Amino acid sequence: MKVELKAIHKSFGTVHANNNINLAIQAGTIQGILGENGAGKSTLMKVLSGFIQEDEGKILLDGKPISVRSPADAIQHGIGMLHQDPLDFPPMRIIDNFIVGREGGVFPNKKEARKDFIKLANEFDFALDPESYVDSLTVGERQQLEILRLLWLGVRVLILDEPTTGISALQKEKLFATLKTLAKQGKTIIFVSHKLEDVEQLCNQVAVLRQGILVGEADAPFEIDKLVEMMFSKVISVEAKQPCPFGNSALSLHNFVVEDYRLRLESVDLTLRAGEVIGLAGMEGSGQRPFLRACAGLLRPTQGKVIVGEKDLTGKPYLAYKNHGVGFLPASRLEEGLIPGLSLTEHFILAEKGQGMFIDRERWERETKERITSFNIRGTPLSPVEALSGGNQQRALLALLNSPLSLILLEHPTRGLDIESVIYIWGKLKERCRQGTAIIFVSADLEEILQYSDRVLVFFSGRVSPPLDASATSVEQLGQLIGGKGWAEKFEQQGDVYA
Amino acid sequence: MLKNTRWANLLIQLAAVLMALLLTTLIMLAADAPPLEAYANIIKGSFGSLDRISKVLLSWIPLLLTTAGLLITFSTGLWNIGVEGQIVLGAIATTWVLRLFQDSAIAPGWIIFLSILAGMIGGAIWASLAGALKTFGGVNEIFGGLGLNFVATALTLWLIFGPWKRPGVGSMSGTQPFPEELWLPQIPDYDLSYWALGLAIASIVAVYFLLQGTYFGLRLKAVGKNFRAAHLLGIPTWQHMMAAFFLCGIFAGAAGAMQVTAVYHRLIPSISSGYGYLGLLVAMLVNYQAIWAAPVALFYAALNIGSIQLPIVLKMDSSLSGVLQGMLVLFVLMVEGIRQRYLRRT
Ligand SMILES: Nc1ncnc2c1ncn2[C@@H]1O[C@H](COP(=O)(O)OP(=O)(O)OP(=O)(O)O)[C@@H](O)[C@H]1O
Ligand SMILES: [Mg+2]
Repeated sequence: MKVELKAIHKSFGTVHANNNINLAIQAGTIQGILGENGAGKSTLMKVLSGFIQEDEGKILLDGKPISVRSPADAIQHGIGMLHQDPLDFPPMRIIDNFIVGREGGVFPNKKEARKDFIKLANEFDFALDPESYVDSLTVGERQQLEILRLLWLGVRVLILDEPTTGISALQKEKLFATLKTLAKQGKTIIFVSHKLEDVEQLCNQVAVLRQGILVGEADAPFEIDKLVEMMFSKVISVEAKQPCPFGNSALSLHNFVVEDYRLRLESVDLTLRAGEVIGLAGMEGSGQRPFLRACAGLLRPTQGKVIVGEKDLTGKPYLAYKNHGVGFLPASRLEEGLIPGLSLTEHFILAEKGQGMFIDRERWERETKERITSFNIRGTPLSPVEALSGGNQQRALLALLNSPLSLILLEHPTRGLDIESVIYIWGKLKERCRQGTAIIFVSADLEEILQYSDRVLVFFSGRVSPPLDASATSVEQLGQLIGGKGWAEKFEQQGDVYA
Repeated sequence: MLKNTRWANLLIQLAAVLMALLLTTLIMLAADAPPLEAYANIIKGSFGSLDRISKVLLSWIPLLLTTAGLLITFSTGLWNIGVEGQIVLGAIATTWVLRLFQDSAIAPGWIIFLSILAGMIGGAIWASLAGALKTFGGVNEIFGGLGLNFVATALTLWLIFGPWKRPGVGSMSGTQPFPEELWLPQIPDYDLSYWALGLAIASIVAVYFLLQGTYFGLRLKAVGKNFRAAHLLGIPTWQHMMAAFFLCGIFAGAAGAMQVTAVYHRLIPSISSGYGYLGLLVAMLVNYQAIWAAPVALFYAALNIGSIQLPIVLKMDSSLSGVLQGMLVLFVLMVEGIRQRYLRRT
């Protein structure tokens, strides 16, 4: 189906999020949408998929003007959107979530749906158990579920808002292959992303947004440097790696065994020193999440000891960890990280501890303004957090981390950030390292892991590798390891446990 | 811009009120009752004379106290349905202390003071039970609260017909009334007590500042809006929930104490007079904003008192005010829901 957007305008208060956008997308193509954080990409996609209404402008499908008043309308027209922060109904079974939103009767045909679900899931090799609960899923798995649901609803225009941030390289390959097949079948795919290499691999053409304006379009093959310049109106380069000196032990794990409902990790012994960064690599669901949460005191290890600094905190609650300078940053921003309905200022107030009785609002608004500037957040002190763009929510989360901290644990710290912000945020984190903070982070982006960590732990179906030297490992090697290949050769010297 | 939306909001709310009035009128017409006369009677019955006004204020006091407490639990995301029982326990504890000391040599002023304090504690304990059931037993506060309400009512009846029964035989009209020196001092010729009025107004003001201006209030809101994020931000979540229950119980208990010391001067079977449920309605109607609680509660109290006239004058049932009160909440919530949907789109 051919999609045309004509002179779309959309403002939020004083922010002109979409300013006269004209874009035509041919049937059977994959259109990339690029732009820095807060450029207006999600807004444009939400207009197209009926989640919000344009102030002005027209949407045409195959040359016919349509009116999209709600997501249900959009689905009727065959337009479906996979959101940046997956929308779902947490305390539900996967299969029920799958069926929700489908037209047809009070009693849905569960058996049929189940069959379809399993078939679709197999097609993409998504390991989702239809009977398990949605709230037990990782961000990546929720995205998978949402993709399946939309395909099942029969959409012909599929919008994906940053779909590759949470899934593994293998799953990404599968997804891309599917998207290409869908395009060949005449479906229209719109793909919003910050990852230029994804766009390069997948898209037939791209459109670049900056501050609400469509600043340029290009057809494949793309000149990456040109795109970057269009996005940021300047050239961006990653600075060379600068290791910082290590101090005393910040965290040590002895015979540390973590377990969640589906996986038991093998025992880990590890010492992390002040200033050091360890990256956790692995496919979604390989155990990085429970491992990190156990280090934060959010999950009790089944065995072993956790020593933060000099202090044995084994079995202590999360608050004890927090009081000993451990900071934790969750992946699901609006569910665990931020409090929708409260403003940025209120978040900063809450994150600070040890206060008196009455809030000095003026002081806090000043403070918030400073943090907004120093973390480059697009928003005002009184903006409710849900009004921030995805990338800006992430910056707000990072700005909420107290200081000083002896250990920072991060789940997907740069998920949804544009390249410039990724560099900026890591600059901030590295600055903390130089002041003696140790960092452990999970990322689905192997390059990010190799670029920013000193050592890497690889997770594969319950196994945890000994620490790898990041500078002696390549992306290809790491890609193999997270898929379970090459463990024997790589870790030979540690004995043949990994054969 | 902001002003604009605020006016729009007000207009929308007004429309909801008009719709509620319209529907109530239709119901009256269907029942062959004269609506205009009924409304006129309600107004006359509530504000027609100083005596009526004092009665409205007297009914406003427990309602405002209860609403003040409920604003705290609602802000924390808790549905404290058990507030009825908390009022009842407040009344029971107050009665108990009054009985305990009524023949002692302690000055009556002190006895009243102690009994009100006991009422607050009684309500707080009862609320903490609902809280404990939730945090430690995993019982949803709605179910726990309902159960505790039943227990509280049963306890009242047992006391009235058992240990605290009037000399001779127990009666539905309650326990033996207390002597006048154990009443909260009243304005001569009227039933109203300045003390009670002062307590109610001070309470709502305190809750307003608690929720708007303090760190504690902000943390309660954080827990109410996103439990998991609040936990990760380092807020001790269950402690804050318990605190919210406890505080709400204090205000509900105070309402019960007022029912005994300022209104009935004894324990009666329906001592809470339904102010718990009415308070829930008021809190929902004001969208959990303390600033609107006082006028809306006053309006509800006026409806309560005004409609007492109806059966006498018009041979209509006084439950008409209940119809209007419920209808108002439904329409305001509905209009609000529609507005939210509309807002999300634009
Ligand atoms: N509901 C809203 N209320 C107020 N402002 C909003 C709202 N939604 C978006 N905005 C503002 O509109 C602008 C564009 O936001 P949008 O979410 O479209 O950005 P984006 O390009 O998707 O960014 P990101 O890459 O960070 O996700 C931002 O400045 C944002 O703060
Ligand atoms: Mg976005």
